[in-house]
Amino acid sequence: MAITITETAATRVKTFLNNRGSGVGLRVGVKTTGCSGMAYIIEFADNIDKEDTVFEEKGIKIIVDPKCLLYLDGTELDFTKEGLNEGFKFINPNEKARCGCGESFSV
Amino acid sequence: MALLQISEPGKSQDPHKKSYYIGIDLGTTNSLVAVMQNSSPVVLKDGFNKELFPSIVTYRENSIEVGENKSNNESIVFRSIKRFIGKNLEDLKKEHFYSPCDYFEENNIVKFKVFEKLITPIEITSEILKHLKNISHETLAGEIAGCVITVPAYFDDAQRQATKDAAALSGLKVLRLLNEPTAAAIAYGLQSKKISKVMVYDLGGGTFDVSILDLNDGIFKVLSTGGDSSLGGDDFDNILADHIEQLCNLNLNVESRHRLYLYVKEIKKSLSDNNVVSLNLSKIGLKNKDISITQKDFNLLINDLVKKTLKISKNVLHDAKLEIDEIDEIILVGGSTRTPYIKQMIESYFNKKPLSNINPDNVVAIGASIQADILSGESDEELLLLDVIPLSLGVETMGDLVEVIIPRNSTIPTSSSKEYTTFKDGQNAMSIHVVQGERDLVSDCRSLARFTVKDIPAMLAGSARVNLEFQIDADGILSVSAKETSTNKVTKVEVKPSFGITDAEIEKMLKDSFDNAKEDIAIRNLNESIVEGKRVILSINSALSIDGKDLLSNSEYQEICNARDKLESTFDSNNRDIVIKAIKNLENISEEYVSRRMNSSIEKIMKGKDIKEYN
Repeated sequence: MAITITETAATRVKTFLNNRGSGVGLRVGVKTTGCSGMAYIIEFADNIDKEDTVFEEKGIKIIVDPKCLLYLDGTELDFTKEGLNEGFKFINPNEKARCGCGESFSV
Repeated sequence: MALLQISEPGKSQDPHKKSYYIGIDLGTTNSLVAVMQNSSPVVLKDGFNKELFPSIVTYRENSIEVGENKSNNESIVFRSIKRFIGKNLEDLKKEHFYSPCDYFEENNIVKFKVFEKLITPIEITSEILKHLKNISHETLAGEIAGCVITVPAYFDDAQRQATKDAAALSGLKVLRLLNEPTAAAIAYGLQSKKISKVMVYDLGGGTFDVSILDLNDGIFKVLSTGGDSSLGGDDFDNILADHIEQLCNLNLNVESRHRLYLYVKEIKKSLSDNNVVSLNLSKIGLKNKDISITQKDFNLLINDLVKKTLKISKNVLHDAKLEIDEIDEIILVGGSTRTPYIKQMIESYFNKKPLSNINPDNVVAIGASIQADILSGESDEELLLLDVIPLSLGVETMGDLVEVIIPRNSTIPTSSSKEYTTFKDGQNAMSIHVVQGERDLVSDCRSLARFTVKDIPAMLAGSARVNLEFQIDADGILSVSAKETSTNKVTKVEVKPSFGITDAEIEKMLKDSFDNAKEDIAIRNLNESIVEGKRVILSINSALSIDGKDLLSNSEYQEICNARDKLESTFDSNNRDIVIKAIKNLENISEEYVSRRMNSSIEKIMKGKDIKEYN
């Protein structure tokens, strides 16, 4: 089981963590909400819980809880630009369907 | 798929509910917009990768465009509209305003005649804000839920209100207007310091502003401001262009001169990093000459202007009653402060290295975005209290006296309430007079509003309760509401507390209150005793009319009446002691009468009832 991160995304995360001045890594996850079932979560992490799984990738600690990992296994985290908007993108092989706007998904 | 930003722990937004709170630096020459993303402030760029959006609005027959206007035909171009927002015709004349079209004044508002339509500075400003909103909307791919807009510290209430109106017109919700120097201080994180005095030196393209801030436990107070509204980096460019024109013996027409002017901006920029820059006049279509400009040349050229800004800064410092060594931080704002010579001069003049590591063009917008983030509740940081009210707010009470409800230097937003009661039996209305000032007498304060609470049920004096609540929002707008507690009926009025009061007037009002403190106390005491005397007379009169003749002998009745008249005559004596003595006298004389009244009313109640009922 693994979650990976692209070079671009890793650089961004490093910069953002630096600017923030605190935090042990990046927490990713899913929550059940939205119009197509689930939505991705991407947050700064201030602590790692006992049950968390941690992937150390390109100098970034990616933290995920075991339940979320089931939905996210094999996901690659990327940072891209679309038009004027830029941000992080989950490339998740488990994803089966997505709502029209792409803000939520189901497996 | 939608792109995501990193949130603070536990603050992930639900899908389809992405909303952003932006900070807007609405500048005279250029405007910027910034937002907190991934917990850091980001200045937004448009499709051309530009951050600085010229505050220029071009009206054409059928369209409106914001930004550098490209063609001149059939268009009306407004530049520097910020100088004219919230001002009337008289103010405009003082500004030597160049109008691109006919204009006149209607209801104290300037209107421009643009292609048979009438347009106000508020509408022109709203076009700029609309443009910034659209850029934010595109860049963030989300709803713009609210914004913080910065305004110069010296903006008065009319200018602030006009800016808010422009925002409302552009469909932006204003969380707060923020003073530009305060925004710069926030960008540098100075709000987390306990106490400090900060000088903000803001040299933009066309204006120069200096402000002294007093920062105390998260509260920013503007101590003094000053500047020169027609001094800026553009003047440096002109001087340098003149110099080159002379040096190269050029005789330029308007168009070539404009090209030179634009080229000079480039030279100025590279002079910030290089000691020498050689001119390449062929770049602007002129014959090249082997001439170079050194940093030293440039420094000499701008020396007088730089010295002028230092002198203004010194005066502003003096206005704040501070010495040079009392300043804890100096913040540089505005693109022109990149010039190394300016930094050097400030450092040597004030004996302190100024803060300049944040891009001086962006620093105000960044501060605004941080504030917007805090106000949106997305941030964990505590709400900042940024402003204080300059003068106390209160109501008139009996005897021409002021009762302060919100004292001066209270941080805003704030609210405070007090309960008032009726003065006379059966009184069914109460007139509320809202005043501002530090003096004890209403006539020495500034009247802000009057309104009447009606339909108070008829009750004995002192039984009705009216709860008066003062509320000041973060923009300094005061609303007063009065609630009659038995009927719960609410009467409300909104006032702008500092409208039309200048800093000088505020200072005078404060000084008067200190100078006249003793007299004020004496008058307050006198008036209070007169009010008390009147109240005693009222209740004696009402009692006498009910049962005076029954309970008192003729001589007793006369005695009380005499004492009452004597008390009444003391009100003109201007002597508090005499009034108090007369009150005491009347009370003593009527003591026996009061106890007889008591007995008689008890008798009335108990008559015909079984003693058992009282056990």
